[in-house]
Amino acid sequence: MTPRTLVDKLWDAHTVAELGNGASLLAIDRIMLHERTGGVALRSLKARGRPVLAPHQAFCTMDHVIDTFIGRTDDTVMPTGRAFITATRDAALEAGIQLFDIGDPRQGIVHVISPEQAIVLPGVTLVCPDSHTCTQGAFGALAWGIGSTEAEHALATSSLRMTRPKQMRIVVEGRLSPGVTAKDLALHILGELSAAGGRGHAIEFAGNAITALDLEGRQTLCNMATELAAFSAIIAPDNLVFDYLRGRTYAPVGDDWAKAETYWRTLKSDPDAHFDRTATFDAAGVAPMVTWGTSPQQVVGIGAAVPTYGEVAERDSREAYDRALKYMDLDPGLPMTKLPIDAAFIGSCTNSRITDLRRAAAILEGRKVAPGVKAICVPGSSSVKKQAEDEGLDTIFRAAGFEWRESGCSMCFFAGGESFGFRERVVTSTNRNFESRQGPETRSHLASPETVAASAIAGHLADPRALAS
Amino acid sequence: MEPFTILTAVAAPLIRDNIDTDAIIPSREMKTVAKDGLSDGLFAGWRYLGIGGREPDRGFVLNDPAYAGARILLAGDNFGCGSSREHAVWALAEYGFRAILAPSFSPIFAANCVRNGLAPVVLAAAAVGHIAEQVEAEPQAKQVTVDLVRGVVIAPDGAESRFELEAEAREMLLEGLDGIDLTLKSKDRIAAFRANDRLIRPWIYL
Repeated sequence: MTPRTLVDKLWDAHTVAELGNGASLLAIDRIMLHERTGGVALRSLKARGRPVLAPHQAFCTMDHVIDTFIGRTDDTVMPTGRAFITATRDAALEAGIQLFDIGDPRQGIVHVISPEQAIVLPGVTLVCPDSHTCTQGAFGALAWGIGSTEAEHALATSSLRMTRPKQMRIVVEGRLSPGVTAKDLALHILGELSAAGGRGHAIEFAGNAITALDLEGRQTLCNMATELAAFSAIIAPDNLVFDYLRGRTYAPVGDDWAKAETYWRTLKSDPDAHFDRTATFDAAGVAPMVTWGTSPQQVVGIGAAVPTYGEVAERDSREAYDRALKYMDLDPGLPMTKLPIDAAFIGSCTNSRITDLRRAAAILEGRKVAPGVKAICVPGSSSVKKQAEDEGLDTIFRAAGFEWRESGCSMCFFAGGESFGFRERVVTSTNRNFESRQGPETRSHLASPETVAASAIAGHLADPRALAS
Repeated sequence: MEPFTILTAVAAPLIRDNIDTDAIIPSREMKTVAKDGLSDGLFAGWRYLGIGGREPDRGFVLNDPAYAGARILLAGDNFGCGSSREHAVWALAEYGFRAILAPSFSPIFAANCVRNGLAPVVLAAAAVGHIAEQVEAEPQAKQVTVDLVRGVVIAPDGAESRFELEAEAREMLLEGLDGIDLTLKSKDRIAAFRANDRLIRPWIYL
């Protein structure tokens, strides 16, 4: 038999029919929705008289539009936010879709709560109208982001019409140095391959540096695959995944679990499977990274300076380089650690899980945020928030001068409501440093949670390794 | 959906790499639970002066009367990267665009285009740049043709560039097909798959 990749195996197992033009009708096992786009999709389906085929395989949360202030309600700082929340709630309830509403202990960012509830499982196909759905490939699922029309299609038919993507394997060997995280690895890869480097490929991350990552780190890495313009990201599931999922709400039980686990253990690429592309990285060569520009590919080590054009000419056009420098108000040659910051943000589907918060808290403990720096922590889910509080992490964040919030996407993006101030410089554990992403003309520098914490204390971009205990 | 076969139209050059969907339609411009009313917010951060303002930035290509009626956008690499928001495509379509020519597209954005009758046309950067140079001289006269039937783009000087589109996407565009209607014709096969799969992977069927 022809050796197959993990993605091939999942594709074949989910093929309902070949459509005769190279495309397949692919069965979709799990659909996740949120109030930003879920309400639009469900309303549109209803308007056309199309019922949801399998409502029990669909789930909906509130994360994108809701406020993250303590004591939040349906009324949001974002104008018209209430309309998104109520439309989504009404439509989800009417369709019989499980909703994790405001105040529900299971509420949180869609990609954080999915594994918490064992909605994502190894081997499933999972889609969500959100580009960071690739995060969930960390559990061995074929998970990808879609638009609203595709979401309607998946809801109405439990399937999607798909052409098999090209496949790429990214192998990372060796060990990350102390103080260097999956976020730094993701940014390092972006800097090397560029923001277009994934070119629609399904990426499998492999190598001993990947299996050495904890599950949170694997999610952070897979999360950033969409910034590479990849179709999806996946990591072959192992005991870490099985042990994490066992006993969670929607995980199989009894004989089904035994049967499932036996199947899940087969989910890996065959030794000689064909990948269209392969890229290899040495984990030991990765430093704490921070972006300097307005694309995640515009990134350097924290100890480096704002690059000259000559240093980035392979990846950036002159126009893109000049535009980014001007927008970010930077001069080439300036050491990154000389850049003063106005704000620090820890949160988002990239870096808001319990180990992210523990590592940031370890830096913050016994220290204070620099005067004038606005610092905010938004746990990724209500469950993460509770666990962090049970461990006393909230006390550490608050004592250091961080705001401690309810969970949601929050200030990862600016939707017209709460934001960072005009042209403020923000160091952020999120995923996108686009123009005005976090507020009006804000200047975002992407980094790991520990780099954000260290920078908040220093008042300028800072290397977290200097503060590690 | 309106079929896409052959389009000859004014083309507007916006040759920047990594134009993200936040730039195409900022989050703050997605104000209602609807698919329409979005064209006003298209490229808002570049098209208007001041955040949330509506005073045109005269330097932005879509504010240049020479490009009035543009239905083709010429863009840089990795167009439509970032958020999966289909609002980006709805805003482009409502504004009047039917085709985007770029060296590459984000996969989610390209899929969204096809579902809304917009053609995501992949052309080498040099070819896009060559077309842009010709267009800029006289945008209303130097129109560009996208021929999906033959799979070619015809520059104002008559030079043809071939482009590839996945067969499924091409058919959907050419016929103006609704994917859900099409798939619902296979609903018996879906039911059969699910019944059989339930025996193999019972834990999937909650």
